[in-house]
Amino acid sequence: MEKKKLILPHGIPGHNLGEIEREVPASEPPAWPVNDKLKEVGKSVKRYDALAKVTGQAKYTADIQLPGMLYAKFFRSDTPHANIRSIDISKAEDYPGVYGIHLMKTDDGNYPVVKYAGQPLGGVAASSLAIAEEAIKLIEVDYEYLDFVVDVEEAQHPEAPIVHKEKIASQTDGGDVGVTHDGTQANGNVVGPSTGSFFGGPRGDLEQGFKEADVIVEHVYRTQVHTHLPLETHGVVVDWKPGNMVVYASSQNTAAMRDELADYFDISKGEVRVISEYTGGGFGAKHSAGVYGPMAATLSKKTGRPVWLMLDRKEEHISMGNRPNSIQYLKIGAKKDGKLTAIQQRSHGTAGVGLGAGVGRIAQVLYECPNFATEQYDVYTHAGPGAAWRAPGNVQGAYGVEQAIDEIADKLGINPLAYRDVIDKSDIRKVERQRGAEKFGWSRRKAPGSDSGPVKKGMGMAQSTWPRFVTLDSTAEVRIMRGGAVEIRSSVQDIGTGTKTVLGQVVAEEFGIPTEDVSVLIGDTYFPTGPGSGGSVATGSITPPARNAAYKVKMELLEQIAAKWESDLSNLVMEEGKIVDKTDDSKSVSFKDALKGMRTSQIIATASRSDDYGGFQQPWGLAHGDLGSVQFAEVTVDTETGFVKVDKIVAAHSCGRPLNPAQVESQINGGVIQGLAYALYEYRVMDKQTGFMINANVDQYKLPYAMEIPEIESIIIEDYSGTSSTDAYGIGEPANIATAVAIANAVYNAIGVRIYEIPITPDKILKALNKI
Amino acid sequence: MNRDNLKSKNESESSPEKTRKGISRRGFLKGAGMTTVGTVALQSGVLGNTLDEQSLDEKAIGPDAELIKLKVNGESHSLAVEPRMTLASALRDKLQLTGTKVVCDRGACSACTVWIDGKPVNSCLTLAVEVQEKEITTIEGIGTPEKLHPVQEAFIEHDATQCGFCTPGMIMTASHFLQNHPNPDLEEVKTALRGNLCRCGTHPNVFKATLSASKKM
Repeated sequence: MEKKKLILPHGIPGHNLGEIEREVPASEPPAWPVNDKLKEVGKSVKRYDALAKVTGQAKYTADIQLPGMLYAKFFRSDTPHANIRSIDISKAEDYPGVYGIHLMKTDDGNYPVVKYAGQPLGGVAASSLAIAEEAIKLIEVDYEYLDFVVDVEEAQHPEAPIVHKEKIASQTDGGDVGVTHDGTQANGNVVGPSTGSFFGGPRGDLEQGFKEADVIVEHVYRTQVHTHLPLETHGVVVDWKPGNMVVYASSQNTAAMRDELADYFDISKGEVRVISEYTGGGFGAKHSAGVYGPMAATLSKKTGRPVWLMLDRKEEHISMGNRPNSIQYLKIGAKKDGKLTAIQQRSHGTAGVGLGAGVGRIAQVLYECPNFATEQYDVYTHAGPGAAWRAPGNVQGAYGVEQAIDEIADKLGINPLAYRDVIDKSDIRKVERQRGAEKFGWSRRKAPGSDSGPVKKGMGMAQSTWPRFVTLDSTAEVRIMRGGAVEIRSSVQDIGTGTKTVLGQVVAEEFGIPTEDVSVLIGDTYFPTGPGSGGSVATGSITPPARNAAYKVKMELLEQIAAKWESDLSNLVMEEGKIVDKTDDSKSVSFKDALKGMRTSQIIATASRSDDYGGFQQPWGLAHGDLGSVQFAEVTVDTETGFVKVDKIVAAHSCGRPLNPAQVESQINGGVIQGLAYALYEYRVMDKQTGFMINANVDQYKLPYAMEIPEIESIIIEDYSGTSSTDAYGIGEPANIATAVAIANAVYNAIGVRIYEIPITPDKILKALNKI
Repeated sequence: MNRDNLKSKNESESSPEKTRKGISRRGFLKGAGMTTVGTVALQSGVLGNTLDEQSLDEKAIGPDAELIKLKVNGESHSLAVEPRMTLASALRDKLQLTGTKVVCDRGACSACTVWIDGKPVNSCLTLAVEVQEKEITTIEGIGTPEKLHPVQEAFIEHDATQCGFCTPGMIMTASHFLQNHPNPDLEEVKTALRGNLCRCGTHPNVFKATLSASKKM
C-alpha cells in the first residue's frame, strides 16, 4: 500500500501540545489542525434534529402507524420459577379483534422453563392494544411451581434453587465490550471467576505486595441493581411482506438488529431493513432485537399485517435490562510514600438470568500497582437479565476502588487530590485534576466531619478511565448531487448523543461549507453498515470514514474541475464555500456552481474505518490511550434526617478531539445525573416472598427530577493523539463512571464516616452515625 | 395522586352500593380526568358535593365506541372512542398527533403534558370523552417549524434536547409556566419543571432554555 507522512497535532493544548509524524496510507486526507483553526468541527453547531424534537414532529418507533397495523402485547409469566405443563389459548383466540397468538417454544418443542417473574411466554396481536390486553387475561397456564431465589447472597447458598441447570451461552448483548464469562457451567448459581481482561491477567505476587505495605485498606462495597428506564421503551414495528421485512426499531444498533433477525429467521440480510430514525434513549440496553424483535416479526408473518410491539413501563423495568449489583471485596496496600503495593479484588453480582455482573477493569488499570489479582463471579438469580449500561462493570468497580484510594490518602495524611498525583501516571487526568480543582474550589475542602452543626457540607472527588474502542466494521457513504445536495449515509443511529450533527460537521469541514448544507441520512440498514451506539465507540468509529469518504468525493470533484481549468490538481483548494486555484485568482467557482457543473448526476464514495495511525493496542480495535475523567462533588448532609443533597459537580473530561462541545457537555450532564441517581436514589426492589419487582413504575422507582439537579460545570479538555483523520472519541461511558463514588467521598468528607453501600439513602446515613 | 385515582376507579366499579350513593362509573368519568388537579377533582368533585346532580341523568356511555368531538389546536375533529380511551391515546392513535409522548402511563412523569383550556394536564390520566367542550393544545399547536414558540427556539439554542422523548412535555410545562411567570429565577424554573422526568440528564439545559425564553416572551 502506498504510504505518506502526516504531521498531526499531539498532546493537550495549554499543557504539552506538540506534533507527531505518522506514516499513513496515501488515501488518508491531510491532517486537521487543532479545533481553534477549524470552521465547523469543534464548534457547538446546533443539533441536527432539535427542530423536529421541539415541534413534536420527530417520529419515534412508538409513533409509527402503518395501514392495517395490529397492536401486539407480550403474555408473561406471573411466577418466578415454574415448569409449564400446558397453555390454553382457546378463549383468547376467540376474543373479537384478536388476529394472532404466538407461544414461545424451545428448540425441542417444549414451553420454556419460567426463570423470572415477567418472563415473556408468548405474544398476542390484536386490532387495539386494549383488546390484546383483554385477550391475554384469557390465556390459562398450568404451572408446576418451583422454588426460586432473587437475592444475590441467598443464591450462592449450596441449597439455593438452581436457576440454570444447563450451561448457558455466553453473554451476547452487544453493548458490553469488556471481558465477560464464556458461559462455563455454573457451580450452583455461581459462574466464574473471570480473572483477566484484554489488558492481561493477574500480575505480581499479592502476598509479597501486602507484606511490603505500610497501610492496608480492606472493605466490602455494595452497589444495587438499577434499571435503564429509557423514556421510550424497547420496541419495534415490523412490516413483513414476502421477501422484505421492514423493522422500525428503537435501537442503539440497527445493523446488529438486522443481522440478528436475518439469522433468527434464516433469511438474507438484504431482506431485512431496520430503521431507527429517532430512539428515545438506550444507555446500553438497546443493542439487541431481544425476544421482542422476533416476536413482532413472527406475528407480522402470521397475520400478514404490520405489527406494533412496544413494551409498557413495567415490562421495561422487569425484562429489558438493568445494571447488575455488586458485592465487591477490596484490599489495597500502599507504602508510606503512597506507592501502591497490592490490589486484591473479589466480586459477586447478579445479572438475574443473564451474565455480565463483573466490576470491570478500574482496579486493574487506573493506577500503577505491581501486584494485582481479581476474581469476578456472576451469580444467577430468578430475575430479569442485566444489560450493558454506560461503562458496564466499571461504575460498580469504581465505587469501591476510588473510595479505597481516598481512604489510603486519609491514612497517609495526604490530601486525596494530591495523592492521585503520586499514584496516577496519566497526563490527561493530571490536567483534569488541576483545572477541575481550580474551577471547583477544592482548596475550600475541610477536614472530614469538621463542619459544626447538624447540616454538614462535604467535598469529594474521584477518577475514571475508559478505553478508546473502535468498531472497524464502520462504513459511511458520502454523495454530492449535481445541482446541489450533499449527503452522508450510514446505518449508524443517533440515540440522542448527537451523532447526526457531528457527522454533518465533519463532512462540512472537509467540503468547506456550512454544516446545515449537509444532509445526514442515518439509522437505516439500507445504508452502509455503521457501528452501534455503545461503549463510546460511535464517534471514534464513524467520523473518520465519514471524513475519508467526503475527501474521496472532494478529490473526484476537484479532478473534474482541474481538468476543465487545465490547472494542477495540487493547486486547487476547497474552502469557504468555493473552489479556487491558489496560483491563479481568475480561476474560482462557488461550491454550489461547481456541483451544477458535475459530469454525472452524483459522485459517491464510501470509506470504512481505517486502522489507527500508529496501530492499535489490540488488532480488533483497542486504541492506545484512554478517555480519562476527574469529577468533583460537593454535598450537603443533614445528620438529623440523613438526607443528602448534591449541590455541585465539576466534571473534567477528555474525548480526543471534541467535535461539538455543546453536545459533549450535554452527555456529560447526562452521565453525571445518572451517576447521581445511582448514588442516592435508584434501586430495583425485589420481593423475596413473591419474586416480583415491587417498584416497576416511575413513581415508586425513585429518580431525580428538576429539584434534585445540582449545578454541573463541565471542563472539556482537547487531547490530541494523532490516531485517525478526525482524532475524535466518545464521551457516553466516561461521563458516568466517577460520579457516584465522588459523591460518596464527599459524603465521607461531610460526616467523617464512610458509606460502603449505594444508594445512600437517609437510613444508611443515620445508621452510619449510630442514630438508628 | 394517581394511586388514589386508580383506587377510586376500582372501588367505583366493584361496589354497587357506593355507586348508588353517587359515585357512578359515569361520575368517575366526569370528574377524574383533569390530572394535574386529578386528586382535587376526585375529592372535591366526585366524592364531595360539587358534582352537578343533573349530570347523573345524562345518557350513560360505553362500553362501545362513541362518536365525540375534540377541539385540538384550534381544529375540530370527530372521532369514535371507547370511553376508556385516554386523551393521550386519542391524540396519538386517532389524530396522529404523536408529539405527545406516553412514558409512565400513570401521571408520574409529565411526558404527556397537554393544555386543556390553557392549563397543563397529564393526557394519560385524562379520558378523551370528558374533554369534548374544551380547548386542547398539544406540542404541535404551540409553534410550528416556520413559526416557533420562544420556548421551542430556546430549547434549540441551548441544546435542551438529547433523545428528545421528554422534550414535548418539558416544553408544554415550561411555556405554560412562563405565561404566568414572566421573569422567573432558577429556583422557580426548577419548581415549575419538578414533575417532568428526563432520563438523558438534559435538565441543566432545559433550565437555561426556559430562563432564556422568559426574556423573549
